[in-house]
Order: sequence, then structure tokens, then C-alpha cells
Amino acid sequence: MRRPRGRQRTAFPRKDQNPLKPNPVYFFGTCLIESFFPRAGEAAIRLIEREGVPVRFPAGQSCCGQPAYNSGYPDDARAVARQQLRAFPDDEAPIVVPSGSCAGMMKHHYPGLFAGEPDQALAERFAGRVVEWSEFMAARLGVELEDRGAPLKVTWHSSCHAMREMNVIAHSKGLIRQLSRVELVELARERECCGFGGTFAVKHPAISGALVTDKVDDIRATGAERVIAGDCGCLLNITGAIAHRGLPIRGQHLAEFIWERTHGS
Amino acid sequence: MGPEEFDRNVELALADAQLRRNFAFAMGSFIARRQAVFSDAAQTERLRGQGQALKRRVLSRLPELLEELEANCTRNGIQVHWAETPAVANRLVLDIIERHAATRVVKGKSMVSEEMHLNAFLEKHGVEVVETDLGEFIIQLNGETPSHIIVPAIHKNKQQIARIFHEKVPGAPYTEEVEELNAIARATLRRKFAEAGVGISGVNFAVAETGTLCLVENEGNGRMCTTLPPVHIAVMGLEKVVEKLADLPPLLRLLTGSATGQFITTYVNLISSPRRACARPCSACAAAPASTTARSTPGSAATPTASSTRGRSARSSTPRFSDWTRPAPSPRPRASAAPARRSAPSRSPSPGCCGACATRRCHRRPRAPCPATAAAAAERSGWPGQGGGISTPTRGSTAC
Repeated sequence: MRRPRGRQRTAFPRKDQNPLKPNPVYFFGTCLIESFFPRAGEAAIRLIEREGVPVRFPAGQSCCGQPAYNSGYPDDARAVARQQLRAFPDDEAPIVVPSGSCAGMMKHHYPGLFAGEPDQALAERFAGRVVEWSEFMAARLGVELEDRGAPLKVTWHSSCHAMREMNVIAHSKGLIRQLSRVELVELARERECCGFGGTFAVKHPAISGALVTDKVDDIRATGAERVIAGDCGCLLNITGAIAHRGLPIRGQHLAEFIWERTHGS
Repeated sequence: MGPEEFDRNVELALADAQLRRNFAFAMGSFIARRQAVFSDAAQTERLRGQGQALKRRVLSRLPELLEELEANCTRNGIQVHWAETPAVANRLVLDIIERHAATRVVKGKSMVSEEMHLNAFLEKHGVEVVETDLGEFIIQLNGETPSHIIVPAIHKNKQQIARIFHEKVPGAPYTEEVEELNAIARATLRRKFAEAGVGISGVNFAVAETGTLCLVENEGNGRMCTTLPPVHIAVMGLEKVVEKLADLPPLLRLLTGSATGQFITTYVNLISSPRRACARPCSACAAAPASTTARSTPGSAATPTASSTRGRSARSSTPRFSDWTRPAPSPRPRASAAPARRSAPSRSPSPGCCGACATRRCHRRPRAPCPATAAAAAERSGWPGQGGGISTPTRGSTAC
């Protein structure tokens, strides 16, 4: 993977200055990024590596198990989750997840899912290592971003899990606010769900459709050209609704957006 | 409700543009109000942490706290019943109502009673149930169920409420003035309060340490339900128990701030016992036990005799709203309503009487409110009695 030349000089000294900077980190790709937004995953990895932190992507990882878990199938969820526990080496390195939803599942629900199981201790250690990507970038690495893009107005969508379960929205918005030529216009009803809700969108398509219509209206009212989010489930839903209405608004994962703004491409 | 019915309801609701506008408006203003009272994010997080810790402690010692609550309530004179299922709980409530030969019940808002489908159960057994929370009152008139746990009629705007009142309350004019709509509800409910043999309420917090039931509300109708009828039944889920009285302030701050965007609700009721009997009752007290109420508020009085007679006839058929709003029977001559009173030698407390009973209706005479309160009450409502009412929170029933 090509590393940007301009940043290489600063990356290594900063790594030495920051004793909290881990080496290496593991990356959990998430299903939706793998299937629909691979560029977001690549950007997230590149941005970590640009800070001088090697990223390992364990093969054999798949889904966090949330769809089964939320649908009331704990045994099936546990089988899927166990595969993740096995896929990642059992060491101290952080497991970075570019999704508030998957990170929330692994951090907050794995311990309960494996309570009383042989893998309980392993699940607890694993959960303790999980960190959402924007929190990792802002709080653990303390990245400083240099905006190379043209002036742009964007808005931010907070996913329910990133906001309520992982509590990382301040970190995500903080990264956007570092971009000097990006104007962040907040949504009027930011705390409202976009209607995706994982399997909810499949089980209750009519309600989900009504919610995302409201969300797109809210996005449109900001006058932003782009909507940025940290969760690809929401993005899939929102960008689908935007495309359906033929609106000139683009949806992007935060990592992909930051990579685009700071890489100069 | 089957999945098909649910989907059909969803379709209807989503197609109702007015409904969606009402919700969007109401929820938007609630969110703004909540943000205004939780403006300091760090402080709010601390408070939430405190609330979470208190509730976790409760959960960690739930069985013993419930037993402590039962012991202290019992010591205070509150009877505690346990129910494992909604069916058992409904049966218990009905048994108490029947034991007191009551056929008319007023209810303060209680979501657990909604989950138990208590109203339907009681009505099936011939008990007339009147919801007195304004929102619940509106949707009960319209035969609906609550659409929100704290704002049951959040899906209605004032035009829709005006139409419901005009159609369902006999003699009510069509008006979109909120004050006038309140006055219609108030006039209807006052009679119900006076006639009810039992008041049912929920519980927001039950304090194990003191055996206290805490209820928050904004209308005063909840307090009317717990104080006016001779019997009060409080229905609570097990998770409402808290350890100490000192736990209430942070929990109340979180509850009212999150629920309605208020620092505190207009009424915070702490109920620790039934009315206490006079230690050394005067002859008037002795002649008239506290449980037989006879308020002679002109135009609204209903003696227990009168209400139970009418109740028995109502038992044979499902009560309808028109039954409730029938003009009240003209007040009976006092002598026939309560012969015991005539034999009472004196209506003033005898020497040695605790005096508390003067405010507790046992003298069978209207308690004289202080002139200021009486004047304010009459002016605002045209109703001669005193007591809390809808959106007129300054008049507490024990204010003067």
C-alpha cells in the first residue's frame, strides 16, 4: 500500500512521542463495508497506517453476529461471534472497527452473549480491546488533519449505536471540524434514527421508509452537498433513498471522506 | 394483534398526514424542552450515571428491598398485594373494588394498568372506569389506547380534541380554546371524582426505607384520584422500588427532565399512609367513619349510597360515557343522605380532638377553604369546590 510522501516524515516521530500509540492494531472490516463500501475500509486502514501504526487484517473474520443477535437467535449469534474470537489473535492490540454498530455489538454485547460459556473470559478480553475507528483516530492517535480539498458544505448523520451505545459522536465530528475548508451543518433532528435499524428495515419496510424520508428531508434542508456518517448501514439506507429521489447529495463514510480530503486526490 | 393487523395499522397511520404532523410537532417540542433543562452535558452525564447506579443497586437487592417496602408500607397502614401475572393483578384490583361495593372508579395515569388491560377487565365486570389524566381522558372518550407513555394523546391536535369533546361530551360546545377545552374536561371530571368509590393510580417510585409511594403529575387529577375516593389502589411494577427517600431527588430530576422537559412536575405526591384516624375522636368523628365520605358541595355531591345505587344499575350493562355525564341527581336532603349526622350532637370538634379531622371530611360538613382560595377557584372554573384541577396547579386540595 502506497503511503503519502508528505506525511511520512511526521508520522514516525509522532509515533515515538506518543507512548499510547499501539503497535500493531487489528482491523475488523464489517460485512457492509466488505460488500458495499470497500473504499471506506481501505481508507480507514490507510489513515491508521499513515500515522505510523501497522494494521493487521486477520483473515477468517466475518460478521459480528448482530443480525442474529437482534433477531432473537443468541445461539446462532454466538456461533458467528465465536468465529471472530478465534480469528483475532488473543493479545493486547486494539481491534479497530469502522462502525459504531458492529463495535457496539462486540464491545457491549459479547460479554453477555458468552456469559457462562467456555469462551467467556476470551469474549471479555476481546470486548475490552474493541474501539470504534473515529474514537481510535481522535482519542488514541490524536491525529491532526490537513485539509487539501476545495471548500465544501457537509452534514453529519449520527448512527444510533455510535451515539447511544459507543458515545463516539464527539470524536467523529471533531475529525470533520479539523478540516479547515469543510463547513459542517448539523441536522435539525440529529438524534432521530434513519430507519435502517439492521433487520428493522426488512421487517418493517413501511415505517423504515417513512423514517428515511424524514431523514433525507432533514439532510436536504441543511443545503449540504454531502452527508457523512460513521456507519455503512445508515449510509446504505440514506443514499438509497437519496438516489431514489434523484437528489444531488452524496453519502460517504467518514474514513473515505477524510482520506479524500487529506490525501489530495 | 396479528402481523396483518399491525401492518394495516401501520399503513393507515403512515397515510395520515395530520397524525404525522402532530407527532413531529409534539416530539420536536419535547426534545427542545429536554435539551433546555439538560443544557450542561457533563452534569447530565453525571446525573445519569448517578441514576444508573441507584437503579443497579436496586436491581442487585431487589427481593430484599421489595420485602422492606412491604414491611414499611404495612406498618404505615397500606395493604400490599402481590401478583405474578396481569390476570392475578386484575383480579386483586376487582376484589378490592367489590369488597368496598364500589362501581365507579377514577384512574390517574398508570401505564402498568394499560399493560394489564385493567380498564377492559373492570368494565367487563360492570365497573365504570374513568381516566382522569387529561390525555387519557381524551383517548378514552374516543375509544383509543395511549400513543405515548407520558403524553397519551400526543397524536391529537387541539382541533381533533375539540371535535372529540363536542361529539362525546353531552352539551359541550365546539371550541378550540385550550382553556375552554380544559374547563369542559374539568367540569366532567369533577363529578367523577366526587362519585368514585375507588381511585386507582400508578407509582413512579416506591421508597422501601419509608414505605412511601411517589407519584409525579402536572394536572392535579392524580392527586384527586388518590385523595378524594375513600379507597386508593396503587398499581406498580416491581422495578419501581428505590432504596431511600434520599434517592428520589436525582431520579426525579432525571425523570421529569427527560419526560417533559421540566425541572420538577407541578405536583409531586408522596403517599405514606391512608388517612390517619383521629387518636381521640370527637363525637362527630365517631359518628361518621372517615371512609364514608359525604361532601356537600352543591350541585356535585354524591353520597356513597347514591353512587352505589346507581352503580348497581350500571353493573348490568357496559357503562357508556353518556352515563357518566348524565346530570347529577339533585343533592338529596342532608338528613336522608346521612341520618347519622343528624344524631351527631355537634359539628365542631370536641375538646381533645386532634383537629386534623377537620381537614379530612369526617365532620360531614364542607371544609371551609380560606376566602382567597375559594374566590380564586370560583373565578377560574365557576366550580364552587376546591382542589387541584387541570392546568390550574396553584390550588392544592390541602392548600389552605
